[in-house]
Amino acid sequence: MNQIQILVIGRHPEILQTVVRLVNNNPDWNATGCITDEEAINAFNKQPFALVLLGGGIEKESEDELCAHFKAANSGTKIVQHYGGGSGLLSAEIFAALG
Amino acid sequence: MAQTILHKAETRGHANHGWLSSYQSFSFASYYNPDRMQFGALRVLNDDTVDAGQGFGKHPHDNMEIISIPLEGDLEHKDSMNNVAVIKNGDIQAMSAGTGIYHSEYNNDRDSQVKFLQIWIYPNKKNVEPRYDQLSLNLEDRHNKLQQVLSPNADDAGVWIHQDAWFHLGKFDKGIETAYTIKKQGNGVYAFILSGQVEINEQVLNTRDALGIWDTDQFKITTVTDAEFLLIDVPMKY
Repeated sequence: MNQIQILVIGRHPEILQTVVRLVNNNPDWNATGCITDEEAINAFNKQPFALVLLGGGIEKESEDELCAHFKAANSGTKIVQHYGGGSGLLSAEIFAALG
Repeated sequence: MAQTILHKAETRGHANHGWLSSYQSFSFASYYNPDRMQFGALRVLNDDTVDAGQGFGKHPHDNMEIISIPLEGDLEHKDSMNNVAVIKNGDIQAMSAGTGIYHSEYNNDRDSQVKFLQIWIYPNKKNVEPRYDQLSLNLEDRHNKLQQVLSPNADDAGVWIHQDAWFHLGKFDKGIETAYTIKKQGNGVYAFILSGQVEINEQVLNTRDALGIWDTDQFKITTVTDAEFLLIDVPMKY
């Protein structure tokens, strides 16, 4: 089975780890977590991601640069905010983005 | 002309985890309904009952304004800002998750359930410094009148959040009519009935029904029976 690849970016290591774990609770999804912009861009360049989740603490300038890079590299990639929140909100936001 | 959307109580999502019974007005956890994602900036309205001695373990939030309104029992809150507090019926708690926080919520009572509303509002600013606030309200101040319990202003009545949102609670006797003026142009109101029967904009609402109303400046509320309700006034675009 092909899992949907999801890139999770967040500045808070503990929250990032939790969000990655929560995403991976769904067997159809596989999350890669990155703290820095550089890590995120490197990960994105290595494999295709269907979805990018932007977490808390990402500065506006970084967000704009990341989004521009991701869209230029793969215009089909969906980019949405996530808000933590245990298993609740996160799943709905992913489902909505993936359609 | 006012626009409205009716959410009957029985159309909400429901999760029963044994220790937690949660009725969800909008998509949450395993309840996913693309037509029920939010009402403007209001993203989550969960009507939760937590068993005695149970609760939500440590979990993260970011960039969300989170409001808890206990309806019955006491709920203990702990967070990564070292806040430890108990909120009880008559209190309201607001937390700005901002750049990221962890918190837990437990019912430490060995005998009684806790019932509370968990409400999440999208903020108007991202990556704010996390903050926590709680307030004990005077229940008499909502008898046959609307009591403001939340606003965007730190020096206004109630707690405050990072959004142009206002919450009012009312506990009205049967047959009382009142008017509510929407606080800001472009806002709408999600009226959630806590108990009793209420008529808003010619729509009769029963316990736990909700009516969203927007594209109007004001609307009438008439209590058909003794009733309690919450008005959530939020930007429709944010």
